[in-house]
Amino acid sequence: MEPIRKFTGRLAPLPINDIDTDQIIPARYLKTTDKLGLGQACFNDWRWNEDGTPKADFILNQPQYQGAEVLVAGNNFGCGSSREHAPWALLGMGFRAVVSTYFADIFRGNALKNGLLPIVVDEETKQQLISLAQEAPESTVTVDLEAQTLTLPDGRSVTFPIDPFSRYCLLNGVDQLGFLLGLDADVSAYEAANPQRVNTHIVA
Amino acid sequence: MAAHAKTLFEKVWDRHIVRPQTPDTPAVLYIDLHLVHEVTSPQAFALLRERGLKVRRPDRTLGTMDHSTPTTPRNELGIIPVVDAQAQKQLEQFTKNCQDFGIPLYALGTAKQGIVHVIGPEQGLTQPGMTIVCGDSHTSTHGAFGALAFGIGTSEVGHVLATQTLLQYKPKTMAVRVDGRLMPGVTAKDIILGIIAKIGVGGGTGYVLEYMGEAIRALSMEGRMTICNMSIEGGARAGMVAPDDTTFEYIAGRPAAPQGADFDRAVADWRTLPTDEGAAFDAEVTLNADELIPMITYGTNPGMGMPINGFVPDPDKQPTVDERVALDKALTYMGLRPNEPLLGKKIDVVFVGSCTNSRISDLREAARMIEGRKVAEGVRMLVVPGSQQVKAQAEREGLHEIFKAAGAEWREAGCSMCIAMNGDQLAPGQYAVSTSNRNFEGRQGKGGRTFLASPLTAVAAAVTGVITDPRELYEPALA
Repeated sequence: MEPIRKFTGRLAPLPINDIDTDQIIPARYLKTTDKLGLGQACFNDWRWNEDGTPKADFILNQPQYQGAEVLVAGNNFGCGSSREHAPWALLGMGFRAVVSTYFADIFRGNALKNGLLPIVVDEETKQQLISLAQEAPESTVTVDLEAQTLTLPDGRSVTFPIDPFSRYCLLNGVDQLGFLLGLDADVSAYEAANPQRVNTHIVA
Repeated sequence: MAAHAKTLFEKVWDRHIVRPQTPDTPAVLYIDLHLVHEVTSPQAFALLRERGLKVRRPDRTLGTMDHSTPTTPRNELGIIPVVDAQAQKQLEQFTKNCQDFGIPLYALGTAKQGIVHVIGPEQGLTQPGMTIVCGDSHTSTHGAFGALAFGIGTSEVGHVLATQTLLQYKPKTMAVRVDGRLMPGVTAKDIILGIIAKIGVGGGTGYVLEYMGEAIRALSMEGRMTICNMSIEGGARAGMVAPDDTTFEYIAGRPAAPQGADFDRAVADWRTLPTDEGAAFDAEVTLNADELIPMITYGTNPGMGMPINGFVPDPDKQPTVDERVALDKALTYMGLRPNEPLLGKKIDVVFVGSCTNSRISDLREAARMIEGRKVAEGVRMLVVPGSQQVKAQAEREGLHEIFKAAGAEWREAGCSMCIAMNGDQLAPGQYAVSTSNRNFEGRQGKGGRTFLASPLTAVAAAVTGVITDPRELYEPALA
């Protein structure tokens, strides 16, 4: 995974609450065995007509939002299923961060493991970012993971929370599995001290 | 005393700490049982191959095929044909992954195959006090046994395959108290739809729920599973019910359950799990079962639910702009007008199935209500058992004949029209009453419109062709 430190990008507004993972990537696209190639199907049913042409009324289809890297969404973004295809699809569509007032738990964890930053801000900041995206779509914001700040064009910065472990992994471009693999002795000790609860081979 | 009092969740959490949380790292939690299916695991197995890793504990891992599998009847060779080439490839890859890594697999067409959250309890693998995960958000189902069970993403599937552990921050706890007694015709599904309507689709975010109270105690294990299943629809990654005699009786004698003296020892341990008197929760909500009537959703998330005799809410009366926008968008998609009743609304499809309501008791209830009646003209009804074992049991009891005589389709086991990956889907614009768990836009097929409800409400709609209060058809004498 590429390390993430700081990047500057344009905003795209999607001010809808409770955007669920079925909207981010409909289930019929989950028959793939890859992570790549899902960007085209991101927000598929809101974004494309049956004939494959863009839906004119979907805000992210407007020309000023093409190439935007920071999605500003309504509350509770990513609710619903555990599909990691959701962050894969958002990354495939070109987003590097999603801003919301809060994220669904599983989505947030999945996003962090793939280098898609879930940035939690308060309601007022979210509204300001949506207005900014709508009124001045050419303006950019800077996300600084090390400092945990989101800087607006007027120079104002807001800080955002991120757990130290995810932050460390993202800053250094390492995944979380390596850490767990390093605990082999602890896991063996746990297994030795705790009798096995079930054996799936018995019911095979 | 009270200072040391622990919740059920805390007891299970504490038992599974391999390495405690530090200022720099989350806790490392041991996982007792890992269930895998074809859709959310391929990229995790690819990671293992890429790094030359083994599955640490294939004997604590079980695979089943459910999401993309067809539920259409078997052909003359007894095979369930997969017509979708991409699904076929995914199933073949899954078979190879299980073989290569030594994981037992309930393959399509075999006797124990079924929905991942139906087979665990059915085999006795799901037991109190365990940690259970699966790359599926409805893993919360297993919490009905007093297990800590939650859905994980594919990266985490890889973590568990390789290390049998997960990195987790300790969630907060919420007590969900349901006192009182359900009226005839009101079910576990109505309880959970009532709770989600109350807390909202994001109200449980960051929490593990513990369902408690007289009405929960009175439920069967299958009813408790229905409730825990939909914890995620309120945003909670997990929901739990303290184990009791109902739990132990359900587990006793199942293939993977402890047997004989081992079972007695296990029960003695399980009896120590319930929340201690005086243990503190971070939040609490209550629902009165006495006042509950059958529930139904009107919108495009499971929090948009109401009593079946209610009226569709009016966007203009919502307190915030965001809520007005959200409700307006939902009603536009659903083709509903503010303030209209749902009773009497014409429907096209009825789906009885999914990890929420596809167990034998769901099918018995549905069959009892539909017996001697007919699916209304112009309505399609699918009955999809949760597993091959449920299907076989239902057939031993003759339930399939009741459904078929009524004009319903009797299908093979799988997720089917709950997630609409396998060809079972709504056509654009169609209305369905579904016993499943999600009414998101397009969930049951692009453009399809879903009303979530109990199996009884689903049958009542099937036989009348319109949304109907099941209590009008319910015959308590038969209960």
